[in-house]
Amino acid sequence: MSDLTKLSAAELGRRLDAKEVSAVEVATAHLERIDAVEDRIHAFLHIDREGALEAARATDERRATGAALGPLDGVPIAVKDVIATRGVPTTAGSKILENWRPPYDATITTRLREAGLVMVGKTNMDEFAMGSSTEYSAYGPTYNPWDTARIPGGSGGGSAAAVAAYEAPLAIGTDTGGSIRQPAAVTGTVGAKPTYGGTSRYGLIAFSSSLDTPGPCARTVEDAALLHAVMGGHDPRDSTSIPQPVPDVVAAARLGATGDLSGVRLGLVKEFAGEGAEPGVVAAYRESVDALVKLGAEIVEVSCPSFKFALPAYYLIAPSECSSNLARFDGVRYGLRAGDDGKHSLEEVMSITRDAGFGPEVKRRIILGTYALSAGYYDAYYGQAQKVRTLITRDFQAAFEVADVLLAPTTPFVAFELGARTSDPYQMYLADLYTIPSNLYGGPAISVPSGLSEGLPVGLQIMAPTMADDRMYRVAAALESALPPLTPPSL
Amino acid sequence: MSTVTQLSYEEAVAAFEPVIGLETHVELGTNTKMFCGCPTAFGAEPNTQVCPVCLGLPGALPVANRAAIEATIRIGLALNCSIAPWGRFARKNYFYPDMPKNFQISQYDEPLCVDGYLDVEIDGETVRIGIERVHLEEDTGKTLHVGGATGRIHGATESLVDYNRAGIPLVEIVTKPVPGTGARAPEIARAYVTELRDVIRTLDVSDVRMEQGSMRCDVNTSLNRPGAEWGTRTETKNVNSLRSVERAVRSEIIRQAGVLTDGGKIIQETRHFHEETGDTRSGRSKETATDYRYFPEPDLVPLAPAAEWIAELKAALPELPRVRRARLQSEWGFTDLDMQSVVNAGAVELISATVEAGATAASARKWWLGELARRANETETELDALGVTPAAVAELQGLVDAGKINDKLARVVLEGVIAGEGTPTEVVAARGLEVVSDEGALTKAVDDAIAANPDVAAKVRDGKVAAAGALVGAVMKATGGKADAKTVRELIIARLS
Amino acid sequence: MATISRDEVAHLARLARLAVTDEELDTFAGQLDVILQAVAQVGEVAAVDVPPTSHSVPLTNVYRDDVVVPGLTRADALAGAPDAEENRFRVPRILDEEA
Repeated sequence: MSDLTKLSAAELGRRLDAKEVSAVEVATAHLERIDAVEDRIHAFLHIDREGALEAARATDERRATGAALGPLDGVPIAVKDVIATRGVPTTAGSKILENWRPPYDATITTRLREAGLVMVGKTNMDEFAMGSSTEYSAYGPTYNPWDTARIPGGSGGGSAAAVAAYEAPLAIGTDTGGSIRQPAAVTGTVGAKPTYGGTSRYGLIAFSSSLDTPGPCARTVEDAALLHAVMGGHDPRDSTSIPQPVPDVVAAARLGATGDLSGVRLGLVKEFAGEGAEPGVVAAYRESVDALVKLGAEIVEVSCPSFKFALPAYYLIAPSECSSNLARFDGVRYGLRAGDDGKHSLEEVMSITRDAGFGPEVKRRIILGTYALSAGYYDAYYGQAQKVRTLITRDFQAAFEVADVLLAPTTPFVAFELGARTSDPYQMYLADLYTIPSNLYGGPAISVPSGLSEGLPVGLQIMAPTMADDRMYRVAAALESALPPLTPPSL
Repeated sequence: MSTVTQLSYEEAVAAFEPVIGLETHVELGTNTKMFCGCPTAFGAEPNTQVCPVCLGLPGALPVANRAAIEATIRIGLALNCSIAPWGRFARKNYFYPDMPKNFQISQYDEPLCVDGYLDVEIDGETVRIGIERVHLEEDTGKTLHVGGATGRIHGATESLVDYNRAGIPLVEIVTKPVPGTGARAPEIARAYVTELRDVIRTLDVSDVRMEQGSMRCDVNTSLNRPGAEWGTRTETKNVNSLRSVERAVRSEIIRQAGVLTDGGKIIQETRHFHEETGDTRSGRSKETATDYRYFPEPDLVPLAPAAEWIAELKAALPELPRVRRARLQSEWGFTDLDMQSVVNAGAVELISATVEAGATAASARKWWLGELARRANETETELDALGVTPAAVAELQGLVDAGKINDKLARVVLEGVIAGEGTPTEVVAARGLEVVSDEGALTKAVDDAIAANPDVAAKVRDGKVAAAGALVGAVMKATGGKADAKTVRELIIARLS
Repeated sequence: MATISRDEVAHLARLARLAVTDEELDTFAGQLDVILQAVAQVGEVAAVDVPPTSHSVPLTNVYRDDVVVPGLTRADALAGAPDAEENRFRVPRILDEEA
């Protein structure tokens, strides 16, 4: 039965639908896999065994009644610990929320439940999604299934590793500056950042509200599309949610899988053609572009001169918003309280609590954001960063005049070793160099496996115009069909 | 500490010119909060009107209440403001336990309504108060301070927070600085708040009850020597009644004049008005100016009220108080002076409602500006907070008109109504106050009085009608004051002629 | 370009209610200086005529109807509270000025 964990979500859905296998069997197989490998991967912060089996039984009962079920009903899923799950611990990887059980469900959680997905647990992440290696989790790092001495990317390293290690066929991630795509790239999986506003943020613990975007993690492009279709769509609880249906990403993925890209114009971003990237990453990128050309795609070179300001602008906007979003963690209504010994005032208790509850990266960003929003600095920093955001959007719009999608490597380097970049925060930030522009613009982007460099996975990033998520799935599925599948070494 | 010169108010305003400004917060009477679907009812059990959004739970997101936006635009239109065609909410960041997110969603530099005015009448003269801005924000929760002597924050050992009020839509109405009011500054401040309250009540967007906190006022005051530049202003908070608005401005003028006369400087600070003593006291001075780190609220999209919508709302505005007052004055047949006293007493709507309940305008005015005003003044309460409804006043007058009680008894009945003993009719019944109108009983009392006072009776018979007063007095005494004096008099004269 | 002093970091930490240690202050001051110098590049962009982008979705006027929806039970509201008393959230004495 253990090979159930190697199947795609789409295939599991088909077998469940054909009643070749029960949801309980599928859930059990994945829970067993989790038991077998978690000590080496640490993808999860919380495993919800009871909840998973109960949800699986419910699926089987529904199916027994002959009801028409969705394509993922009964398929296991792992959810990043930044998404609120009613009654199930949700920590955002932070000590400040240790043992917090939300009294409500995120919209995405509700949609997953309604679609019959079986949540097996909550995945590890950099604290409050701030990081690119999952080393900033308050609960210890996650290890890359390809090489457990290396990082699985971040902030959603837990979700990517869970999928790569066959602990779940699907996972939910969130992408603020690359937190779905960069882990996907370094774990050899597929990760998509939908159009901002295309997936609901209600119940997603905010890092940077104007950038945070939940999205799917999977091992295949079709699986990512299936999950995207289930989790996406308008949500009246999120004011920034786009009141339009999700483009037909599943059909686009299936079209792409036929391997025909004739007439599709691929824009190669000149500024991201390899500057600052490892040679192996550049080589894999070129090979992938060649493979796409062989499928009939046309190549155009586009210049996006403002992209070089994306990283600085991001590291002003995201910390600014986070300094405000994280102000609510003060030990009054929920979460950790420290220093309340009868001697300290509330002000002191709040400060002691926040110092004890937040890790160094979170504190750094809060201080940076507090600085950037201060009266004397706002115009030079936050205000200027917002203007850069406009320029980046204009670059994208101009590029999409001549190209249907844009290509770049997902990340400049393959998975690095644990501890390699934690002492120099700015070196860590560079991991998001190529992923950030899409967040600032709001358009969708996906990372698909693009071969290996020195035995480690490399990702290709495909960026599309806002609300044209289907385009990136088509190109991603085409590349997937053209390259040999990546299989991590067995654990 | 050196002694501070204590000036009289007259001395203060003779030496200095005040500039005032008012910031008024009005809680809107929407069904639900500003950014979530929680109810807004006053006085609910603590923390029973809360949800993930207004508790600031991680992950929860705000969605703006259309009705609150509409109410704010209507207030802006009623105050002759321009309505912004586009604007964003901003976050005002500071830590306070009654604020669940530790930021307040407000409209910092992009208010919905700007640049209007409100005309206020003082002694028959119109004063135009400029309106700087009308903007929308969310209210905070309520904190109960425990362990201190007075329930105040000072000396408390702990505090308890209830978030029911957190997130209720709050409209802030800020005036432009008002110079040139001279000695009338306190009166004008009060008249402005009164007029504003009446406008908002007319719009039916808030119950504007200062005593429940649904309308709250901060008063800015500065003084300057005639011809000099405006002085440093202080902001007085905790001004919770119309009367307090007037007192707060007055006492702050006296205080500042004292400081300035001594050559001192006014510190820009927040002060608190103390109802019991009528003076203002310094809050902590802001040694470090708070940096609120405003930035556009990323969880909400911009507002862009359509011109057609604004036009529709403008066309549908109700008759506003000034216009209404002019109409009522002519309907009631009041002189300018009569009407002015009604307005000054804040009794227009009370009288209107009393008239609607069946009383004549003159009698309604008599009660509200007479006996009831006297009582309000005695107990330092507002007229509408006395516990007497316009319907009760109309009913009371009806009882008088029907001859069931006389004016003197009516005052007793009113006492019963204020004491919560029920409607006037119920009070009359319960206290046995009805006048003796039973002809038989009265006739007997009249006969007894005539028999007991043969000399007086003889004088009346001889045509000295004025002498009947003594007999009337005797009858009234016999009936315990419950007879109608006029009727008694008529009966006596009829008997003796 | 941008340099940030240890005192400035201490002030920001106070504003952000972070009781950082002296050691943290030293570390942060150095790291933030490096980061600030890097992000200060945004100042190189000549963007006088460029409007800022605060929202990447082109939406306006997103409202809800003024209709009550059920919220949390009091038990749920208070369940996560570090300390509660009389059905309210309890906090230690407040030193801050009256707001």
